[in-house]
Amino acid sequence: MGSITLEKVSKSFGTTTVIPEIDLEIDNGEFVVFVGPSGCGKSTLLRMIAGLEDLSAGRIVIDGKDMSNEAPAHRGLSMVFQSYALYPHMSVYQNIAFPLKMDGQDKATIDKKVRDAANILNLANYLDRRPGQLSGGQRQRVAIGRAIVRQPKAFLFDEPLSNLDAALRGNMRLEISDLHHQLQTTMIYVTHDQVEAMTMADKIVVLNAGRIEQVGSPLDLYRSPRNVFVAGFIGSPRMNLIEGPEAARHDAATLGVRPEHVKISTTEGAWKGTVGVSEHLGSDTFIHVQTESAGKITVRTDGDFTAEHGQPVYLTPDAPRMHRFGADGQAIQRT
Amino acid sequence: MARAVKTRTKLTFTIIGWTIGFLIFFPILWTFLTSFKSEGTAIATPPQFLFFDWTLENYHEVQSRSDYGKHVMNSIVISVGSTLLGLLLAIPAAWAMAFSPTKRTKDILMWMLSTKMMPAVGVLVPLYLIFRDWGLLDTRIGLVAVLTMINLPIIVWMLYTYFKEIPGEILEAARMDGASLAKEIVYVLTPMAVPGIASTMLLNIILAWNEAFWTLNLTAANAAPLTAFIASYSSPEGLFWAKLSAASTMAIAPILVMGWFSQKQLVRGLTFGAVK
Amino acid sequence: MATLQTRATARLMMSPAVILLFLWMIVPLAMTLYFSFLRYNLLMPGTEEYIGVVNYQYFLTDPAFFTALGNTLMLVGGTLLITVIGGILLALVLDQPFFGQGIVRLLVIAPFFVMPTVSALVWKNMLMHPVNGLFAWIARTFGFQPIDWFAQLPLFSIILIVAWQWLPFATLILLTALQSLDGEQIEAAEMDGAGVFSRFYYLVLPHLSRAITVVILIQTIFLLSVFAEILVTTNGGPGIQTTNITYLIYMQALLQFDVGGASAGGIVAVVLANIVAFFLIRLIGKNLER
Repeated sequence: MGSITLEKVSKSFGTTTVIPEIDLEIDNGEFVVFVGPSGCGKSTLLRMIAGLEDLSAGRIVIDGKDMSNEAPAHRGLSMVFQSYALYPHMSVYQNIAFPLKMDGQDKATIDKKVRDAANILNLANYLDRRPGQLSGGQRQRVAIGRAIVRQPKAFLFDEPLSNLDAALRGNMRLEISDLHHQLQTTMIYVTHDQVEAMTMADKIVVLNAGRIEQVGSPLDLYRSPRNVFVAGFIGSPRMNLIEGPEAARHDAATLGVRPEHVKISTTEGAWKGTVGVSEHLGSDTFIHVQTESAGKITVRTDGDFTAEHGQPVYLTPDAPRMHRFGADGQAIQRT
Repeated sequence: MARAVKTRTKLTFTIIGWTIGFLIFFPILWTFLTSFKSEGTAIATPPQFLFFDWTLENYHEVQSRSDYGKHVMNSIVISVGSTLLGLLLAIPAAWAMAFSPTKRTKDILMWMLSTKMMPAVGVLVPLYLIFRDWGLLDTRIGLVAVLTMINLPIIVWMLYTYFKEIPGEILEAARMDGASLAKEIVYVLTPMAVPGIASTMLLNIILAWNEAFWTLNLTAANAAPLTAFIASYSSPEGLFWAKLSAASTMAIAPILVMGWFSQKQLVRGLTFGAVK
Repeated sequence: MATLQTRATARLMMSPAVILLFLWMIVPLAMTLYFSFLRYNLLMPGTEEYIGVVNYQYFLTDPAFFTALGNTLMLVGGTLLITVIGGILLALVLDQPFFGQGIVRLLVIAPFFVMPTVSALVWKNMLMHPVNGLFAWIARTFGFQPIDWFAQLPLFSIILIVAWQWLPFATLILLTALQSLDGEQIEAAEMDGAGVFSRFYYLVLPHLSRAITVVILIQTIFLLSVFAEILVTTNGGPGIQTTNITYLIYMQALLQFDVGGASAGGIVAVVLANIVAFFLIRLIGKNLER
């Protein structure tokens, strides 16, 4: 079991409010990702759930019990830290065994659980090593191992992949997703990387300046961002945001169209422009076009399309997939 | 700079480096050698460098002086005692400052440091009078107290910089793992802090062992540590260089070895973290 | 983690150290200040009376004070000159890769761990003795007249001893600073065509400037209070040629038992030290912010 409810939770340091009132419902077994730019309060929110930060107001309810003032140890949650926070003076085995030892479990049980966790995480051969002798990915696994042995109600991840290189990050992403499917335990995952959010989450919570901008499944957010911030934050390459007369022509203050929803042609189209930089990724090509009426537009096209720098081209947005936003930044519902 | 250094350059620097090292170390080496000479050989001209009759006689003689053992014990009691007392006071203080800092923490640290800069001679008179009136003159207890206070700022500072390096996330991890405050201290903090405490202790014993203002001014026959004992050789009557050397060698050897072990911590401890 | 309870605990944990240090600082200092306004001589008990700033007048107009002040400045300045320049050169050498580097490093820092009374006596007798000393023998070997160090150059002799003790400190700190110099920066300068000397002048020296300041300030604090070296070698003599402020006050207090005069001197010494301390504190404080 592991359902978590935030009721009117807020946090302020002195007179500065970091997080204004937030309500959030996290269901048992869900993989929830808090995503947002750095300084948006996502880590603070996670630490409040963990019990490492006090609430200024509101309640945190875990499995129907009010845990707002409970010590971290008694909330039944596990956390994986950004720096991994492994105990440098203990071996891998001792690190993973530590929460069980604190729980007062007997030696045989501890040994079995540690070895099980090590097997799941491919750490069986490293149990005698110290954290200092491990690679980044291995340390990450130890931190996860330490979290799973307690069989917590929920796992909390605080930007766990930000210290890894790109290739390893991809692997660990898969491993964590796999782990979630195996364990079916609630996971709350904090990241600033929208790719991680999109690929892993059942539910994404987009945060900006302490406020929740939107909550929804990855595809919800991709298909119908509620405001300009979410539109610009989710999706890669970023959504093209067009302002000015071209937007006004569609009765909007800002017009959004994703690079994959723009057709490019050498002969005809709605917007005329010239090719700037082309980024060839092999499978896809991103072409940056300077248009006359809509400004700079990024287009995503297949890997076979080639265009010379400075070549004139025509762009056509896929009208039904355009997003319109009002002057307040909120999405205008299609009629 | 990762590149091959020319062997010739390296050889040149080997010669320069060793020559300088030898010259700087020479007075200590010379003391060591002289301690094995007879008094006659010690003052001989030309000086005898290696080929003389090596003798342990000076060591026997120094050690057989009735008061020698007492001075050694005084040095040990005073330096170790003041260090332990200092740690007892400083560990909780540094702990609090590193892990529960407030706006005033920095001011308190700087103020502690400033007490270290008060010249000893500025408080010599009142301290001497207090010691006289309280019967603390020439007692170990009195010296332990003074040296504790003198070195307390350095101890607090060193410990503070060490404790500061323990990442807060590790303590939080322990809390998440269900450790109570007591268990957090026993299983996580102490093992991580021990190396820092040990090197603080080492450096402080060295400083206390070599302290030569209060030890000379507040002691006489009873509580005088080795600094004062050696000073008694300064009397102009007779040249007992060999015995002086033997006594000096014994007085500095243990500290020299400790100093070599703590050379990395030395920089941190003596510059209050201003140079790392 | 800063809850009300932890903050209270923290204050409790800090208080013994803070209170004791505070008492240690304020009580003797207040007494010194008080005594400095009294006629108070231990040889004439019962004659204590308030005499205003007379002690200060005596102390500050005593020709011995100016000699001692000059000696103090010479001692501090001379030692600083030798240790800082020597320390930079030594650090540069020790920073080069060579065979037995680690051992040489140990040899160089060794003098710092020798207790002051030992180093002073070893230098005075075994090295600087005008007849049997090693320096005298070297001078004679090369056909020179041996120098009677403590008769002819008493203050310089003490400077030499003190500099020998503090050279390792300067070297070690400058070496530490030198090793934190970014190798790529030097390589970039080399690519830009900077020679050895311009690299030293434009890159190494500015990088060392902070460490040099630290060395100067910390050494000054300690060097203002040089005592044991003078006590066991010259006793401040010949005459008062090697008497520094610290030693002058010591003589007044424990040899002449003039509590009032010594206290006034003590206050003067505190003021002098505080001028230096002011700069040091600011430097370290600035560093603490980063």
